[in-house]
Amino acid sequence: MMLEPVAAADWLVVAPVVIGIACGAVLLMFRHHLRWQAVFSIFGLCAMTAANAALFARVLAEGPISMTMGNWLPPFGITFAADALGSGFALVATFVAVACTIYSLCEIGAVGRRYGFYPFLMLMMAGINGAFLTGDIFNLYVWFEVFLIASFGLMILGSEKQQIDGATKYAILNLLATAFFLSATAYLYGVLGTLNMADIARKVDGLRPTAPMMTIASLYLLAFGMKAAAFPLYFWLPASYHTPRNVTGALFGGLLTKIGIYALLRTLVMMFPTERLELSGVIAVVAVATMILGALGALAQSDIRRMMGFLVISGVGVMLAGLALGDANGISGAIFYAVHSMLAMSALYLLAGTMKDFGGSYSLNHLAGLYRLSPALTALALVLFLAAAGLPPGSGLWPKIILTKASIDVGSPWLAGAILVSGLLTTIALGRVFALAFWRDSAGDGVHRKPTEHSVVPAYGSLIMLTVPIVVLGVHPEPFIRVADIAAAGLLDSGAYLRAVFPIAGGG
Amino acid sequence: METVFSILVGLFFAVGIYLILSKHVIRILLGIAIFSNAVNLLIFTSGRIVRSTAPIIPMGEQVLPAGAANPLPQALILTAIVISFSFFAFILVLAFRAYQEMGVDHTAGMRVAEPEGERLPPMGY
Amino acid sequence: MRTLIFRTAAPYLTALMLLLSIFVLLRGHNEPGGGFIGGLIAVSAFAIHGIAFGVHQVRRTMYFHPMAISGFGLLLAVLAGLVSLPAGAPLLTGLWVSPTVGGITLDLSTVLLFDIGVYLVVVGSITSIALALEGREEP
Repeated sequence: MMLEPVAAADWLVVAPVVIGIACGAVLLMFRHHLRWQAVFSIFGLCAMTAANAALFARVLAEGPISMTMGNWLPPFGITFAADALGSGFALVATFVAVACTIYSLCEIGAVGRRYGFYPFLMLMMAGINGAFLTGDIFNLYVWFEVFLIASFGLMILGSEKQQIDGATKYAILNLLATAFFLSATAYLYGVLGTLNMADIARKVDGLRPTAPMMTIASLYLLAFGMKAAAFPLYFWLPASYHTPRNVTGALFGGLLTKIGIYALLRTLVMMFPTERLELSGVIAVVAVATMILGALGALAQSDIRRMMGFLVISGVGVMLAGLALGDANGISGAIFYAVHSMLAMSALYLLAGTMKDFGGSYSLNHLAGLYRLSPALTALALVLFLAAAGLPPGSGLWPKIILTKASIDVGSPWLAGAILVSGLLTTIALGRVFALAFWRDSAGDGVHRKPTEHSVVPAYGSLIMLTVPIVVLGVHPEPFIRVADIAAAGLLDSGAYLRAVFPIAGGG
Repeated sequence: METVFSILVGLFFAVGIYLILSKHVIRILLGIAIFSNAVNLLIFTSGRIVRSTAPIIPMGEQVLPAGAANPLPQALILTAIVISFSFFAFILVLAFRAYQEMGVDHTAGMRVAEPEGERLPPMGY
Repeated sequence: MRTLIFRTAAPYLTALMLLLSIFVLLRGHNEPGGGFIGGLIAVSAFAIHGIAFGVHQVRRTMYFHPMAISGFGLLLAVLAGLVSLPAGAPLLTGLWVSPTVGGITLDLSTVLLFDIGVYLVVVGSITSIALALEGREEP
């Protein structure tokens, strides 16, 4: 029963999660040391980022690595397995969290800290990392619930009326989505008798003629589509993401929907490739509807934070288009777009918060003259808006080019058209924000700017921290496209992943 | 036996979804509670229901005796029950707070976060 | 609820139930019991104390904030998993030592440490919820 001793380097697979939980625990214990909470969180998140970076480097150099808890043999114990996709997403997510935590220095005051912002943050990051790194489908459910319950805590931080309204809708619909996820997993277990993702991937082929795999795959599509805020079940997102603090909105908008996308990629592409092919028509329709309706929703909003919520949805549609294509280019484009979206959407929410600090409002009817107040913020905003709209020099350009080209190559130009139209609508929506909030001299309705009460240095710091990688991704994309190709290849041909989880069986 | 349980699970799902379609928050919550119990029963049924011995490895043995029950579904259900129980408690408190704050338990009336009749953004300047 | 009989009996009941909860916790390794159920028994002990003497009294008796207790439990559970790092085993492997103290052999394991962690997490989190709900009803 005993396996060979585990090399200390293999601990990298679990290190991000362990660091997250341990830091969350320590922060819970010292909840009343308000001053140290933020500093400790930043250190903890930096350690998590470092662990994720080391893991990612190792995965790129040596291929996927895995560790099965409690010295059990792989299909029985809970496996953690890191491949290029999971560890890459985990790395970007923790990096974004570091930037958001820096922003929180100027937004989360004593009250927020006493409510437990930082412990919730660390536990949520532990859950997110666990979701990206686990190799067990039931364990994925558990990590979903871990970050979900922490996100509830973050969402109602402050218990304002608006937050409770938003949180009710958010909580009910997300709980329903996880219930669907769990029922799909129950069917899967009933059919296959295993919960290990690698084991499922290798067993599913043999059972396809007799088992209701299509039902299971459709249920996963429904559950994770709901989580990712895809059409038609996306209404919870614009109802809730603008209610919490901006840093929370940034974390949610940047990270949480991408976990839904990650889970879709992991289940549909790696575990159920045949079913994904069957479902690709449905996914394509969902993708187009999500893209266009998200962008149209953004056009109709006057509250910039609610507009950001719709832009998140529109981005989810673009990633789903990659999933619908399903070939190496489509998946690679979806992965690249997800990385771009994590960085850009978080940055947009933080930008919205900073715009409120300068302009005194979130409404386009009141915001005006920000260029005069802060040219630096205007420059940052311009870069971020261009990136989010998919124009150079931002990071949104390349994945959209890859996806457009891939869909034309496959022979579905309407998908390419939808990506371009949604890009155009996004450009109009964000261009209007820029014209009204930054260029316009005054709103003309007598609303005066309230002076900001706190330092905006952390806000600038975090915005620059997110903008630099966005520009780097946009200006010098080749190495990142190569990495996305590696991640996509690892999903489409799961041989290396299987060999990492089952070293003895040789991947079957 | 599985057939009977499947019908029961189906009934649970039907009741749960019917209640979730309601506009009253408290009914939605009851629906979710029934829905998550349906999922738990589903896991239980997927683990196959057989009359068998308790899954305990006897002294001196390394593996389970033949014909032992499957312990995994129970472990899964226990996890799912604990999680859904705590979520349910949280959402119940949340819904109560929402009722106190907004005075409605009707989803159509919960429009604080998305107020009706908001001004459209200006068309130009 | 605050009758004389209840108030007289409550301290004994609380102490007895706390003792029982620890018994259930330690029994849990080979027989029914364990950290989760033991923790729930301890929570009901604190709840009874709270009903009899008020929430403030419970908070004073517990000395630490319930959430801090739960954080400590989480930390213990993580440490129990990390013990296997120097042992060269994967995370959360059950490792045993059997020291003999005064003629009695004690079977100590990381599993027990993990279970104590679970116990403290349950005690901390559920007590804080129970106290918050009880506290609301007080005048």
